[in-house]
Amino acid sequence: MTLFVASLLIFAGTEWLPGDLASAILQNNATPSNLAALRAQLGLDRPIAQRYLEWLNHALHFDFGTSLANGQVVIAEVAPRLENTLFLAAYAAIIAVPLAVGLGLLAAIWQGSFLDRIINLLTLTVISVPEYFLAYILIHYLTVSLGWFPSLANVNTVTTLAQRLYLTFLPMLTLVMVITAHMMRMTRASILSIMASPYIEMAYLKGLPTWRIVIAHALPNALGPIVNVIAINLAYLIVGVVLVENVFVYPGLGQLMVDAVTKHDVPVVQACGLIFAVAFILLNLVADVVAIISNPRLRYRAA
Amino acid sequence: MIAPSDPLLRVLGLSVQAVDRRGNASLIVDDVSYDLQRGEVLGLIGESGAGKSTVGLAALGFARRGCELVRGSEFFHGRDIRQMPATERRQLRGAKIAYIAQSAAAAFNPAKTLMEQVIETVAFHGLMPVDQAQMDAIALFDALGLPHPQSFGNAYPHQVSGGQLQRAMAAMAMMANPDILIFDEPTTALDVTTQVEVLAAFRNLIRQKHTAALYVSHDLAVVAQIADHIMVLRHGKVVESGTAARILQSPQQDYTRRLVRERASPTEFRKQPDAAPPVLTITRMDANYTKASRTLRDINLTIGMGETFAIVGESGSGKSTLARAITGLLPRATGDIAFLGETLPPRLAQRSKRQLQMLQMVTQMPDTALNPHQSVLDVIGRPMAFYFNHSPAIVRARAIELLAQMDLPESFLHRRTGELSGGQKQRVCIARALAAEPKLIICDEVTSALDPLIGEEIMQLLQRLQQTTGIAYIFITHDLGIVRRMAHKVAVMLKGEIITQGTIAQIFSPPFHPYTEKLLTSVPQMRADWLDDVLANRVTSQLQTP
Repeated sequence: MTLFVASLLIFAGTEWLPGDLASAILQNNATPSNLAALRAQLGLDRPIAQRYLEWLNHALHFDFGTSLANGQVVIAEVAPRLENTLFLAAYAAIIAVPLAVGLGLLAAIWQGSFLDRIINLLTLTVISVPEYFLAYILIHYLTVSLGWFPSLANVNTVTTLAQRLYLTFLPMLTLVMVITAHMMRMTRASILSIMASPYIEMAYLKGLPTWRIVIAHALPNALGPIVNVIAINLAYLIVGVVLVENVFVYPGLGQLMVDAVTKHDVPVVQACGLIFAVAFILLNLVADVVAIISNPRLRYRAA
Repeated sequence: MIAPSDPLLRVLGLSVQAVDRRGNASLIVDDVSYDLQRGEVLGLIGESGAGKSTVGLAALGFARRGCELVRGSEFFHGRDIRQMPATERRQLRGAKIAYIAQSAAAAFNPAKTLMEQVIETVAFHGLMPVDQAQMDAIALFDALGLPHPQSFGNAYPHQVSGGQLQRAMAAMAMMANPDILIFDEPTTALDVTTQVEVLAAFRNLIRQKHTAALYVSHDLAVVAQIADHIMVLRHGKVVESGTAARILQSPQQDYTRRLVRERASPTEFRKQPDAAPPVLTITRMDANYTKASRTLRDINLTIGMGETFAIVGESGSGKSTLARAITGLLPRATGDIAFLGETLPPRLAQRSKRQLQMLQMVTQMPDTALNPHQSVLDVIGRPMAFYFNHSPAIVRARAIELLAQMDLPESFLHRRTGELSGGQKQRVCIARALAAEPKLIICDEVTSALDPLIGEEIMQLLQRLQQTTGIAYIFITHDLGIVRRMAHKVAVMLKGEIITQGTIAQIFSPPFHPYTEKLLTSVPQMRADWLDDVLANRVTSQLQTP
């Protein structure tokens, strides 16, 4: 259902893009008769609802048509880019999620301590800085000054995994910093809000140490909100990394979509938009399922 | 107190300081000393804010956030709990001194099974192997009369009832065979009939294991059943202490005398007003939350002008749902409600302004029923401006009048409601209801969130208002003492039905309806042998009805 609404929005959005595909293709040759002929050839003269249903039907069979800019099949163009995006997202997530939850737990256990304040200060700084700026700072120190990592993540199909990990290190680091900060703060806040519950006081009165209380009593109850934040951040890794991709000239899905928008390459834009929507919805679905499984009250409601 | 050479716990000059958000420090426990002998139960009595829970928690070397143990010592086996290193104190908690919290529903972690939590202390401290611990836990479940002791531990906290949870918490506390149990209002959240069972289970456990206990409660009658000694606290100070029998029979201090007298019921019932015309008549009403269930079934009742009609029942009996159906928050499914001679539409939104004005409500929690940022004048003035379009000057004059009726000074007009005490808030809620000049006020457990003596004052206030204004009340309550003292008529509810109703004299005199009798005998009385009598009666009545 959500996906259907999203597809409608994507289609409508691309329809209302300023300018017209036919005039974009023809550019200087755009005489009125040429325009009309091309519009008929592209099917742009048919009613909007009909074209939407046709597109939707094809999209359901993974057929997004051919790119208007270069005539390639959209799937063939999108697939390697999607792979790149997923690779970078996975790379960043594998490091960021455990790091964020771990730091959040540490900050919660030693709430108010020096460690807690340092972690909070750092994460707040990182959140306040735009991610492309963060990327340039990293390039400045790690590439220009130290020369450790390349500033261009120009991977292609023949790059080996080791090379790939090396080339994408800086974009990964940028993303890790951004999402770790967010996830860590939410983990800490969720745990601390649970720490005010009577059953936490009870756990103290049972003689348990703070670390044990945080991990065994607070974490299971805070899991719902934490998993939700993780899901939103993972979705950001797939959907929202276009700025970072641009800085490092990384051939990901976001960059492809931006290019396609400037070229009025509607089928590619639509395909990208739909993939983003699917990724977002799937991740949130997983988060909801995990939240329900972690909460016995929801799990046993039917029983 | 007769003091043998070494008490199990000796507390000397304990003082606890609380610091509020503005940084003001105040002593909430001031110079409290007591001895606890092996196998002895000490009852701590006082109203909320008296510092009794703080004293209980301090016995574990624990202070709530914002509180600090500032002076005094607590010798346990000759070692001062306050001076111990944190690790040693932690090993004491749960193992040697165990705690039983007021609301077991809140004190159990909702994400873990009962068994996991019950054996956690012994398993974590390595006091016994896990399978041994589970067997012990099952034995304790059995001893405490929990259903299906073998599988009871597999349940999650939300799957069992409040009374069962409270007993599970006692099992959790007993796991390590502690020397001292701290009971912190363990039966306050329970219905009276459940309270009897839980209280009996606690007492058997303490006697069997010969465990010493600190029993904290605001209800002197409850403590009297279980304690050997009683200590009365007020404003953090000890008012009086002595053996339970001495405190009950010859209290020395005025405050203690008032506490002892509080439960004493008048022998005379309130006289029925002469055949008053009905203000509210309910006929054959059903109401429900979901289509599948019928929460209320076949409700019939008539309330006369200037009458107090009490609706009693245990939690879940449907008495609050009945209030929601009358006010229209929950539209009734079938049946009819006639109010001042006309049929009330089922939904709140369909009712006329006059109908809304004539029917007002005062709820259980004055804290949540008032916007803490509004002034008392805002709160009381709003209904007057809404229903009567009074000018600000008239609203003000009338508000001052109402405050005077509530025994509140005029200076309260501009106080924010958030700054008031619980009893004062409830008075403001009543003034707000009266400001609409209604014919009927629904009072839903209006005193259950208040301390007994303050609740008593509110009750007297309501009674006085009825005599001067001729207003009718519906009293929704689980407290039979209130019903006895306040009401003209009463309806007893059980599982969504009215099982019996009539005048107070009819319902509260023999022959009783069996359920009414069970409720009546479950109300704790100010004598030490009350619990024994109730239990003895229950056994005989069970023998009689096979």
